[in-house]
Amino acid sequence: MPKIVFTEPGGGRREIEAPLGITLMEAARQHGVQGVVAQCGGACACATCHVYVDPAWLARLEPREEMEEAMLETAWEPRDNSRLSCQIHITADLDGMPVTVPQRQGQG
Amino acid sequence: MISTILIIGGGQAGAQAIDTLRREGFAGRLVLIGDEPELPYQRPPLSKKYLSGEMAADRLPFRHRAFYDEHRVELKLGKRAVRLDAAARQVTLADGENLTYDRLLLCLGAESRRLNCPGATLPGVHYLRGLIDVPPIQAGLKPQARIVIIGGGYIGLEAAATARKMGCEVTVLEMADRLMNRVVAPSVSRYFAEEHRAHGVNIICDTRVVHLAGQGRIERVVCADGGSHAADLVIVGVGAIATTELASAAGLACDNGIVVDEYCRTGDAAIYAAGDCTNHPSLHFGRRVRLESVDNAFEQAKAAALNLMDRSVAHDRVPWFWSDQFDNKLLIVGLSQDHDGQVLRGDPASRSFSVCYLKGRELLAVEAVNHSKDYMAARKLIADRTLLNVDKLADSAIALKEAI
Ligand SMILES: Cc1cc2nc3c(=O)[nH]c(=O)nc-3n(C[C@H](O)[C@H](O)[C@H](O)COP(=O)(O)OP(=O)(O)OC[C@H]3O[C@@H](n4cnc5c(N)ncnc54)[C@H](O)[C@@H]3O)c2cc1C
Ligand code: FES
Repeated sequence: MPKIVFTEPGGGRREIEAPLGITLMEAARQHGVQGVVAQCGGACACATCHVYVDPAWLARLEPREEMEEAMLETAWEPRDNSRLSCQIHITADLDGMPVTVPQRQGQG
Repeated sequence: MISTILIIGGGQAGAQAIDTLRREGFAGRLVLIGDEPELPYQRPPLSKKYLSGEMAADRLPFRHRAFYDEHRVELKLGKRAVRLDAAARQVTLADGENLTYDRLLLCLGAESRRLNCPGATLPGVHYLRGLIDVPPIQAGLKPQARIVIIGGGYIGLEAAATARKMGCEVTVLEMADRLMNRVVAPSVSRYFAEEHRAHGVNIICDTRVVHLAGQGRIERVVCADGGSHAADLVIVGVGAIATTELASAAGLACDNGIVVDEYCRTGDAAIYAAGDCTNHPSLHFGRRVRLESVDNAFEQAKAAALNLMDRSVAHDRVPWFWSDQFDNKLLIVGLSQDHDGQVLRGDPASRSFSVCYLKGRELLAVEAVNHSKDYMAARKLIADRTLLNVDKLADSAIALKEAI
C-alpha cells in the first residue's frame, strides 16, 4: 500500500498507508490527519481538504480541473502546489509523497 | 467538573463533536450512543455514488475504528436511547443500560416524512435516510425497472438521476408547480427540470399522489388528477422531520426541532443539541431556522463541543449546501427568504450560471449551478456583508468578487 507522509498544521509528521482506489482526502480523514477537514466528503464543494503537495511530486498527479481551480482560488493561502486532496486518487506511484496541511482551512 | 460527556446520535454532528472535543482537549469519559450499527458515516453518497454502486461501503465512515480507540471514545453502536431523565442526568438504552452524564449532546438528526395515503406501507415503497434503506432500493434499480419518485426535492432528484444512470425508467411526481420549490429560484428549478428531461426522466409537477396501489406489492401510483403511473419500486422523498421524542419526553422545548440558543444550549443547563434535530438562531440572518445540511451539522456540532467544555463560542455561520444531479453541481450559500431583489448571472443555456439574492445592496444568498467561482466568492461576500454594485453584478463577465 502506498505511504503518504503528512506534515500536520502543528508541525507533526504522520505517515499513513493509503489504499489504492480511494482519494488522498479519504485516506487522511479515515486516519484523522489533523487539518484535513473535508466537510463535503469529496464533492468539491467546501475546499476544506486543501493541501500542499511536494512540488517534486506534482507531475505525477492528474492536473487540476476547472472546478478545483475555482475552489482553490479563495482557499486559505493558495500556492502553486495547492491541491484539493479529495481530487487526488491514490496510485502506486504516489508511494512516499510528502504532503503539507495548511495552518487553516476555509477562506482567508 | 465535567468528567463524562454523552453524545446521542452517531451521524454527521455526533462524529464532528467527538473530533472537536478530543482535539480541543476534553480528557474525560466520552461516550457515543447511536442506534445505527455502523461507525458514523456520511449520508450524501446514499442518493449518489453509493446508491449507484460506484462507491464502496468502506468509504462511507468518517473515521476508522482505530481513530475512536486511539481517542478513547466508547462507542455504543446499534443501541437506541429510549429515555432521558434530565433531573437525574441519566439516559436509558433500549437494552436497559443506564448511563449518567455531566453534559449531554443530542445529535438525533431527522427522519423521513412518511406518506399516509392508502397503500403507503405496501412492499416496494421505500424511503432513503440511512444505510439500511439502500440495499432494498438497489435491488430494484435494474435496467428498464419502472421507478416512481414521489417528491421533487433534492434527495428525490438525486435518486432519480442515479436510477436513470442505471438504466431505469424514472418518473418524478411533485406536488408543487416546480422542482425544489422551497430551496431554489424558478430559473434554477427550470434548469434542473430540463436537465432531467434531457436525460430521459419523466418530470411531472402540479400533481398530488392520493393512492399507492398493488396486490401485495406496489404496482401503480395514482394521483388526484387521475394520472396513474406504473411502478416496480417507489422512492418517497417528501422531506424530513426533526427527531425530537427523546427531548420532548424529557421536558425540553421542541418546536420544529429541539429549541437551542446560539451556544447550542437547550433549556437544561447540562443538555446541548446540534444538527438536523435543532431549531436554532441564525445570528447572521436574525431569525430562527432548522437546517438539514452537512455544513450546519458540522459547524453547529463544532460550536456545541466547545460550549460543552465551557468555552463560550456562538454558532454564527452562513449556511451552505450542495446537490449533485447527473453531471450538475448545485451550490447554495446563505438564506434567501428576506430578499428584495434577484439578479441572474450568466445564461442557463451555457450550463453555468448563478442567481444572486439581494436585500438592498447586501448579498443574502447565491444559488450557483456549475459555477464554483460565484459560490466561493459569495461565501465571503455574504459573511462580510459586503455591499455590492448591482450593475457590475448583472454583468457575468465581471467576477462576482469584483462586483463591489
Ligand atoms: C440521502 C441523503 C443525501 C444527502 N445529501 C446531502 C448533500 O448532498 N449535501 C448536504 O449538505 N446534505 C445532504 N444530506 C443531509 C445531511 O446528510 C444531514 O443534514 C446530516 O447527516 C445531518 O447530520 P446529523 O448528525 O444532524 O443527523 P444524522 O446524520 O441523521 O444523524 C443522527 C443519528 O442519530 C441517530 N439517533 C436518533 N435518535 C436516536 C436515539 N434515540 N438513540 C440513538 N441514536 C439515535 C440516528 O439513527 C442517526 O444515526 C443528505 C441526507 C440524506 C439522507
Ligand atoms: S472535501 Fe470538500 S472540497 Fe474536498
